[in-house]
Amino acid sequence: MKIALTTSGENLTAPLESRFGRAPRFLLYDLATDTFELVDNSRNLNAAQGAGIQAAQNVVRAGAASLITGHCGPKAFRVLSESGIPVYLAESDTVAEVIEKFRNGSLPRQEQADVEGHW
Amino acid sequence: MRVAVASGKGGTGKTTVAVALALAATQEVQYLDCDVEEPNGQIFLNPKRICQEAVTVPVPALNAGLCNGCGECGSICQFNAIVALKTKPLLFPELCHGCGGCVKACPQKALYEQNKTIGQLTMGGCGHISYIQGRLAVGEAMSPPLIRAVKKYLRPDCLNIIDSPPGTSCPMISAVRGSDFTLLVTEPTPFGLHDLQLAVAAMRELEMPFGVVINRCDSGDRRVEDYCQSQQISVMASIPEQRSIAEAYSRGETLLDAAPAMRSIFEGLLEAVRLSVAGRAA
Repeated sequence: MKIALTTSGENLTAPLESRFGRAPRFLLYDLATDTFELVDNSRNLNAAQGAGIQAAQNVVRAGAASLITGHCGPKAFRVLSESGIPVYLAESDTVAEVIEKFRNGSLPRQEQADVEGHW
Repeated sequence: MRVAVASGKGGTGKTTVAVALALAATQEVQYLDCDVEEPNGQIFLNPKRICQEAVTVPVPALNAGLCNGCGECGSICQFNAIVALKTKPLLFPELCHGCGGCVKACPQKALYEQNKTIGQLTMGGCGHISYIQGRLAVGEAMSPPLIRAVKKYLRPDCLNIIDSPPGTSCPMISAVRGSDFTLLVTEPTPFGLHDLQLAVAAMRELEMPFGVVINRCDSGDRRVEDYCQSQQISVMASIPEQRSIAEAYSRGETLLDAAPAMRSIFEGLLEAVRLSVAGRAA
């Protein structure tokens, strides 16, 4: 199973990016093989609007089964939930630490967006 | 003639200048308040005989029974207003620009257009000035269609003054586009200069004629003037700082109410714009 994590870095020691729509990239981590790849999201950094929607589509297209990020707004949440992708929120630890928490089942699964759009 | 009054930075005095220009004109004026997120020309012009109408944009609606989930609608939308990941589309009408592309692209004819109100137009008159205002509804993000609705009232036979939104993004471009001349109102501060440079870049990109008006010209430093000189940008008028103007403004009175002697600045400005436009046409 692959999980997508927002980050501005390029490896497991980079911190989790708290923004979803305007995260520079996603780290797509394969829990079965313990390998990862990076998915670019930089086109959304300067989008006037719709960044969350576009980022959510990027996550869906990347084949992620779950998303872990800092915050998630209502439009992005709607796209993810319609696509059957659960959203988990985490503090800005390193990506590796967040993955560990996810494995332990200690990250809360979101039932709804936790912030307004454009927060 | 169409004269847009714009700025990069907000609060430099666009409305102050636009109102003073309208009042200083001797011919019939149409004041088009395109600053639709904060239209405040009416505070100073006090238009009478008000009438209003709603402005709508067409947004897509789904007849789910006809949709086969092909995703064509999502792939044509450039504004993320439709998400269709091989599923039935998710619609985000607040992001829709009303282009109608999705409705045309849908092979199943499952999408149709519905009108959504985004704001309202208010029309009225005061003396030789007809006032047309667009006001964006609370919660709406898409001002260009409303700005275009205001600009439908442009008339070729009179002086049209377009009060533009600040900034250099789509709302400002929608307001100034098609103008014969654009006045960029700025102030002699670092912020004023910084945002003026952005506005100048926008005007040059649009290849539209423009000049600069420096408001509160004696309050800051010379950097705006130096910049205009180095870029060969014409400073069309300079308005001195005067406390009584600010006091009058806070009471909803115009610059010309507070400083009648400045009428000549705006008469001169109108004449300079007219000459520039005529020179270009010749």
